[in-house]
Amino acid sequence: MNRFLIPLGAFVLLAIVLAVGLKHSPEKGVIKSPLLGKAAPTFSLPVLTDTSRTFNSADLKGRWYLFNVWGTWCVECRHEHEALLEIAKRGEVSIVGLDWRDEDAAALQWLQELGNPYEVIAADREGRIAIDWGVYAAPETFLVDPQGTVVYKYIGPLTMDAWVNEFVPRLPPKQAAKS
Amino acid sequence: MLPELGHFALILAMLLAGLQGFFGIAGPALGRDRWTAAVTPAVAGQFVMLATSVACLIASFVDNDFSVLYIAENSNSALPLFYRVTAMWGAHEGSLLLWIFLLGCWTVAVAIGVSRLPSRFAARVLGVLGVVSFGFLLFMLATSNPFLRLDPPAPDGRDLNPILQDPALAIHPPILYTGYVGFAVAFAFACAAMLEGRMDQMWARWTRPWTTAAWAFLSVGIALGSWWAYYELGWGGYWFWDPVENASFMPWLVGTALIHSLAVTDKRGLFKSWTLLLSILAFSLSLLGTFLVRSGVLVSVHSFAADPTKGIFILVFLCVMIGGALTLYAWRAPLLKSQAGFDLGARESFLLFNNILLVIAAATVLGGTLAPLISDSLGLGTLSVGTPYFNPTFMLSMLPLTALLSLGVHANWKRGRLSDSKRTLLITLIVAAITAIILIYGVYSNGKVLSPVAATLGVWIILSSLVDPIDRIRRKLSLPRGVIGMTVAHIGLGMFLLSVTTVESFTLERDVALGQGDQTTVGNYEFRFQGVKPIEGPNYNGVEGTVVVTRHGVPTSVVHPQKRQYWVQRQVTTEASIEMHRGSNVFVALGDDLGAGKWSVRFQIRPLVNFLWLGAFIMALGGAIAATDKRYTLAKQAEAAPVTAPAPGVAG
Repeated sequence: MNRFLIPLGAFVLLAIVLAVGLKHSPEKGVIKSPLLGKAAPTFSLPVLTDTSRTFNSADLKGRWYLFNVWGTWCVECRHEHEALLEIAKRGEVSIVGLDWRDEDAAALQWLQELGNPYEVIAADREGRIAIDWGVYAAPETFLVDPQGTVVYKYIGPLTMDAWVNEFVPRLPPKQAAKS
Repeated sequence: MLPELGHFALILAMLLAGLQGFFGIAGPALGRDRWTAAVTPAVAGQFVMLATSVACLIASFVDNDFSVLYIAENSNSALPLFYRVTAMWGAHEGSLLLWIFLLGCWTVAVAIGVSRLPSRFAARVLGVLGVVSFGFLLFMLATSNPFLRLDPPAPDGRDLNPILQDPALAIHPPILYTGYVGFAVAFAFACAAMLEGRMDQMWARWTRPWTTAAWAFLSVGIALGSWWAYYELGWGGYWFWDPVENASFMPWLVGTALIHSLAVTDKRGLFKSWTLLLSILAFSLSLLGTFLVRSGVLVSVHSFAADPTKGIFILVFLCVMIGGALTLYAWRAPLLKSQAGFDLGARESFLLFNNILLVIAAATVLGGTLAPLISDSLGLGTLSVGTPYFNPTFMLSMLPLTALLSLGVHANWKRGRLSDSKRTLLITLIVAAITAIILIYGVYSNGKVLSPVAATLGVWIILSSLVDPIDRIRRKLSLPRGVIGMTVAHIGLGMFLLSVTTVESFTLERDVALGQGDQTTVGNYEFRFQGVKPIEGPNYNGVEGTVVVTRHGVPTSVVHPQKRQYWVQRQVTTEASIEMHRGSNVFVALGDDLGAGKWSVRFQIRPLVNFLWLGAFIMALGGAIAATDKRYTLAKQAEAAPVTAPAPGVAG
């Protein structure tokens, strides 16, 4: 065996690893939230649509929900909005929004223009709660189960493909059957 | 009109690059001299087209032409002119164009430089560069065209990412890419030598100045990036082992090994196959870095554009270039035989250790960078590797490297005799140890176990590097630029090592909540917070704090750290205030508004941290001095003539 073939062999191995890495869709899996399998951070924040009210995340116990972090300044959030509306229409889970480092007026106008897929939206004006959730960049979406445990985290704009392939299989059959 | 012109110029550039690659490789291989002669005009034509394309894109940026998608995404009418120009390389498409343009610049420089070399060899070098350029142009036109129009045009642009609106970062990409791309030249020389089947010492000598120059650029580029991260990201760190940082650091490590092994091949005719392999590896790691950064396989704080379809293209290109070169290597390298031997204590041994340790260091960085990918593709779940892995493993190879440096510099070629300089080395070592102990226990007091060792090595490198040049001056011997360059670069490394040691051992850091008039003490310094006031810039507004700094009650300065919010992207950036005082950096960054007039403020005292970047710049300066050694140009003239003579048909 020619020892000068070793570098080529090593490179072939590396190329295989890179190809596999590329196949496993890039965003998911690489940065996984340390929150996975742990209790979702609780918080109370003003409700965006009615700032006199306070929203307590503890109220969500007992049912599945999506926790979607967005902001009007986030272009990718605009891209995923269609998917969120569609998910809301399917009604498998309710969607809780976290309006991150945003201005209330801009956010309200955004909802007026694009539609509101959220059951409730918490206004995280200073971004404190996003830090608790380990948000890295908007948009990010978390799936939380009835015990309040974070089951899954999705980074980047949500698509219907991702919803069907990544989220729905994680839901209990009864919940998913609603669609 | 301009964007279409730029787009068209790019297509022509790609065609010319294809011709350059084809004629450059096929011409010499088939012995067709007219093909060989067509390479240089293709180089010139390609360069003109690339320059046109870059000019069109910059002009469109300056014009605020928001009908171009790339410009609408990365600029804004309120953006200052300087940043409208640098916004050209603010994101993926434009930085790719910059990459290719710089490759064009290198190719032209090489074409001028190799005109004295045998014409077949020169054509092959340019041909390989043509293939590289063709691949990247194809990639750009297929997946990342910066000239795509937006219909209807955007009323205004989304602005340049605010953290990129900074002078150091504006010039960081061109310099970094110049270094990255420069390794393509060493790669092309190695491939040309292998294609030619003539892998003697000459190709190593021809390659040396190019490789050293590329290495110097890469050093400056990395240092600028690190400096930027230090003051702009607001965390006060200078290196994060982030995939993007690693992507530039791996080629640097292998490039450092390469410039040393080229010296051995040039002077002694040894390590020939190893040098060839390193030339391939250095550029391969540059390409791999591009893949990792641009494909999105690794998520990083630095990756602004990531897209898996681009990844597939780059991966195929990677396989063609690297796979091709390594196949060529496996075919040609067995022909090489080293005839000369050397003793264990000879300089060759030390340079061999240098190479092994640097390659191990690059391999550990590569392993850590790819670990998340590997474990994911083996189905072992996800794994993230950070500083706790990188710092110790990297140190494991760097400490012996720096320890052997001083000995290696004073070892003779071929014969393992240190006796000539043994005494001087011992004296410098003792002086270094005393200095280090005074510095660590006297000036800064306390320290970790390794601090005195690392500091001693740092000082020793500086002192022992000076021994040889001083000796030469005393004996009125000539002092070639190669020796000066080496000395300067090693002194830079010593400063760098010393700085890392003091920064890692003695940094003081505190985050405190302060209201107006509150005071806090960090180390020898007292900080009085005078509150904040609103400020407004051309495309941002924000707040500016005022902090009065005193040292043991003696006023030293008044600093103004800022927090800015950019209007368009609504992103908040931290403009920390950094002051040099008594060799230390006094770092003040404004954190969050805690309400009720209180702000969280971060204070850091980092001793000698400026030596870190200064050291890196001095290393690069050494490279620049060495690259201009007369030896290379003289050697070229002397050696090129007899080589061309026996093959009359080639001169063309």
